[in-house]
Amino acid sequence: MEKENIVELKNISVAFDGEQVLDQLNLGIKDKEFITLLGPSGCGKTTTLRLIAGFLEPDCGDVVFEGKKINGVPAYKRQVNTIFQRYALFPHLNVYENVAFGLRVKKLPENEIKQKVTEMLSLVNLSGFEKRNIATLSGGQQQRVAIARAIANHPKVLLLDEPLAALDLKLRKDMQKELKKIQQQLGITFIFVTHDQEEALTMSDRVVVMDKGKIQQVGTPQDIYNEPKNAFVADFIGESNIVDGKMLKDYRVEFSGQEFRCLDRGFSQNEQVDVVVRPEDVDIVEYDKGMLKGKVTSVAFLGVHYEIIVDIGGFKWMIQTTDEHFVNDRVGLYIEPDAIHIMKKSEYSGLYGDYSSYSEEIDHLSDVEEE
Amino acid sequence: MKILSRIYIALIVLFLYAPIAVMVVFSFNSSSSVWVLEGFSTRWYEGLGNDTAMLNALKHTVIVAVLSAIISTVLGTAAAVGINAIRRKFSKKIIMSVTQIPMMNADIVTGISLMLLFIFFGKLIGLNESLGFGTVLIAHITFNLPYVILSVMPRLQQTDSHLAEAALDLGCPPLKAFFKVILPSISTGIITGFIMAFTLSLDDFVISYFTCGHYQTLPIVIFNMTKKSVKPDTYALSTLIFISVFVLMVLYNVLQTKSEKKHAS
Repeated sequence: MEKENIVELKNISVAFDGEQVLDQLNLGIKDKEFITLLGPSGCGKTTTLRLIAGFLEPDCGDVVFEGKKINGVPAYKRQVNTIFQRYALFPHLNVYENVAFGLRVKKLPENEIKQKVTEMLSLVNLSGFEKRNIATLSGGQQQRVAIARAIANHPKVLLLDEPLAALDLKLRKDMQKELKKIQQQLGITFIFVTHDQEEALTMSDRVVVMDKGKIQQVGTPQDIYNEPKNAFVADFIGESNIVDGKMLKDYRVEFSGQEFRCLDRGFSQNEQVDVVVRPEDVDIVEYDKGMLKGKVTSVAFLGVHYEIIVDIGGFKWMIQTTDEHFVNDRVGLYIEPDAIHIMKKSEYSGLYGDYSSYSEEIDHLSDVEEE
Repeated sequence: MKILSRIYIALIVLFLYAPIAVMVVFSFNSSSSVWVLEGFSTRWYEGLGNDTAMLNALKHTVIVAVLSAIISTVLGTAAAVGINAIRRKFSKKIIMSVTQIPMMNADIVTGISLMLLFIFFGKLIGLNESLGFGTVLIAHITFNLPYVILSVMPRLQQTDSHLAEAALDLGCPPLKAFFKVILPSISTGIITGFIMAFTLSLDDFVISYFTCGHYQTLPIVIFNMTKKSVKPDTYALSTLIFISVFVLMVLYNVLQTKSEKKHAS
């Protein structure tokens, strides 16, 4: 049976200074799920979070919480709590008082507050830190205080605004596991915002991919990865080769001048489509045995596998393989029918999926900049 | 080099404090001569206790300084919070400049224009004597305000803009969130603003001169005395004022280093 939606966004539009930030957004969030809003900066994911928190009112559309419209209900009366990107801990209060803040506002008796704070601090592994000043804590510890402070109030929904962005990689991985554990332990709905696709895939029950103020796709991490709806989603989640194709009939697609078997159907005859093939799903075979034939133009060793760029009729394919190949090798590509995913044409067609200008270095740099 | 720099510092301190030191010494002179030290005496200090005009003026000064400092601190802090919340950068800049111009303005211009306004307004509502306690208080609040805004503003800008949101998020209504979260993080700026306002008001002469009417403050009484002859009792009084300001400053600095240490540790 379908679980009840705890939060619903209906036809939400928001504009700042004439710029459309959210455009007719519709989204239902189920009780107790871990849902991630994923997208590049400026896609509207943080704005969506602030709408639910009550820091922002939509220009039009409804925010619904447990079946009741909560437009106009101020943030301090909503049963949600937020973990801010830079934590926003209160610098003049120590760890104990930070966690106790929401409980004191509720005027709970002192012994109850003490019990609650102790419980929360042990949940985030910060027992013994009660008297510590916030400024003396490391980034990871501050993050934990922020979590404890937010969940001490027993929110029905916890909103997390890129909470791990400021942590280094190792710590981020640990915190991902820990957050997931806390979510399952407490049975709270988590709405998590990030631009890191790997983070989104590993933690979420469902992922909402956003761009330009619109939802591009909603689904489980597997759905999003295996069945991307358009070129934007395919490119944003993982690596993908996206080529122009034509659907000859059900289960038959033509691209790069060849006909392939595939598992997709339901398109009209000869419909123009985008074809996605993930780099890890392509096998490199001998030149003569290949379904597609080309020349290796670059090879990068990444430890687990090689990342090889193969030029096929001017289109550069990325292939991930554990076998070593060399630049200028002539190779054949073999693609299984289940490795081919067909997408309808969209506004993103032709923008992504070609590795002509691909460079490890540039990709790496742009990653750093985003943080 | 080290010796030179020490001598340099010693000279600066000497020039800064020599006049005050001389005044303090002569305030304990038993005669009223300004060049002969005849003997140690506290007679000028004792005399102060009987000088009702002087004591009255002192009372006026303290009342105006305390009230104007409190009121301008409250108004100035509220103004700073408001200005800081303006989203448009351009409007924000203009409003900040407008609030700062009175600081640059010559005191005498401020004084005369305020006097004119008070008298004009007084006539308008049918008063014969419009200048007095009320007008001097308003005048002091007016010139104190920009200093308070200027000392609170930087603290506000350093405060994480998400702090107030975090408080709201945890169930705190906006006003309570301001007092529980924003106020503590800008408190040093508020205290600095208050002390600045208090000392500015304490020693203001020009603006008070034009706006006080019969409610004469200490600087004005002292000035009137110097028209006849300067007596050592003014030294004694000035010494007392200097000491109180000095103590205030030391106290303030001690408090500040303490709070900084607390933040750093």
